[in-house]
Amino acid sequence: MNKVMAIAGVVVKELMRRKDFYVLFVMTALIALLMLSINFFNQDNATRGIQEICLLLIWISGLVIGIGTAARQIPAERENRTIFPLLAKPVTRGQFVLGKFLGCWLACGASLLVFHASFWVLSASRDHQWNVMNYFLGMWMQWMFLSVVIAMTLWGSLVFAAPSSNGTIILVMVSGELLLGRHLDQIGGNIGGWVGWLFYATYFAVPHLEWFDVREMVFQHHALQLQYCAAASVYALAYAGMFLLATWFSFRRKALQT
Amino acid sequence: MSLPRPVILGCLLLAVTFTLATWMNPRCEAVTQHGDGDGLLKTVLGESRRLFANHFFVKADVYFHSGYYPSIFDHAQRERVDAHHMMEDHGGGKEDPDEEEHEKAMSLGKPRNWIDRFGRHFFPSTHSHLDKGDETREILPWLRLSAELDPTQVDTYIVASYWLRRHMGRIAQAEQFLREGLRANPTSHEILYELGSLYYDNRHQPERARNLWEAALRQWRAQDAAGKSPDPVAEDAILANLAKVEEELGEKTKAIEYLKQEVNLSPSPEAVKSHIRDLEQAAKSGAVK
Repeated sequence: MNKVMAIAGVVVKELMRRKDFYVLFVMTALIALLMLSINFFNQDNATRGIQEICLLLIWISGLVIGIGTAARQIPAERENRTIFPLLAKPVTRGQFVLGKFLGCWLACGASLLVFHASFWVLSASRDHQWNVMNYFLGMWMQWMFLSVVIAMTLWGSLVFAAPSSNGTIILVMVSGELLLGRHLDQIGGNIGGWVGWLFYATYFAVPHLEWFDVREMVFQHHALQLQYCAAASVYALAYAGMFLLATWFSFRRKALQT
Repeated sequence: MSLPRPVILGCLLLAVTFTLATWMNPRCEAVTQHGDGDGLLKTVLGESRRLFANHFFVKADVYFHSGYYPSIFDHAQRERVDAHHMMEDHGGGKEDPDEEEHEKAMSLGKPRNWIDRFGRHFFPSTHSHLDKGDETREILPWLRLSAELDPTQVDTYIVASYWLRRHMGRIAQAEQFLREGLRANPTSHEILYELGSLYYDNRHQPERARNLWEAALRQWRAQDAAGKSPDPVAEDAILANLAKVEEELGEKTKAIEYLKQEVNLSPSPEAVKSHIRDLEQAAKSGAVK
């Protein structure tokens, strides 16, 4: 476990050194502050619209950070040939994959904490109420969502040719799942035939990432229930585990030289 | 070849930026003042801004339902965004047949499978309205944005005014917004009617209310004559209010005239006829005295 944590630590430090997070955070904060300055009908306490936009920006930033960080991990190690001394430590390929995943996930968690803490402060300053549990569960669900996305991206980095193509494909897939995931069975039913069955099968096979998008519950002040969030977290970790297993399996057979 | 000195290069760039600024400024001003003061939004977005305006109006309805809103996949026969629904009190609960019908139309139906059942814990999946307390303020920014993008969408002004004056007590802002709407839609009988209601209910100025309702009636009839088939319910409401205000101002004959015009439009003509009889009797006894 020490080796896994050491690799994870390096990934976290890498994210801290890179400018992605800072740029996204400053952009999000600037847009949020600009939104705050707009006043409709002298209603300075109409907050839900602003909260919706802030949460959308946080989700986009989280996705960009998560996919961006995970997509370049393994290809960069191979290109720079730093993977050889790393695996000669000795570190098994399983430990390497797990370390990379944990590093990306923890780094995303730390970024989310900063983003959401700012969001909580902004909300409290305008809303004059603290939905502590809802805010926390909102952040937690996003972190769980990112566990699946990061594991998928790590696998993608071994399947697809370049980090850019991997990142783009994962981003499109995740966005598609978020937008249509809940309705794939209905679409299948409407289309009918074998294409309909394909949609129907996809509906049951793919991870339902849209469950984790609880933004609407947070800003519309609907209470999130702990037991369902816990069950969804187990679901996310199970899918993340499956993707990590697939990554490890692909990585085991992969030639390390580029 | 050696590069010019940085100071000279800096001065050159400064001169270029200054020239560009003087060239751009009048053009930018022309763009912002283009087309009857519609401004930058119209120039940049063109007709597509109506699409966004409609989206923001729907967004107001989504917020009115606290985020609960069936998607196009959930309900093929989903209710059209109905401005009047956003202007009703929903205290009637399930006993109210209109509310029951609305609830049915907005329903997600039974969960289709375990994924759907479990997923409903993570988005607003119960029908509710935002009509309690000061929560209604949340729909106003969307209505304002919608009006900015498409000033010809009359419903936006009516709904915003309804919430501003009836639930938030912001009469001056409601009037200002309605007048903005009237400037953009001078022939709108709906806005004139709402403005009249504001003067009657909130400002307690029945004479001004009467003038505005009379103007609303004229506009309604002009549209009818032009074959635009305006909503007959609106004419009924205008006539009923005109009769009420004339009666209140002691003009019983005028009130009877309006009520006679209303008889064929009202959903309960018997009640209107009985009111006419009462007024006629009162007028006769008044004349005898």
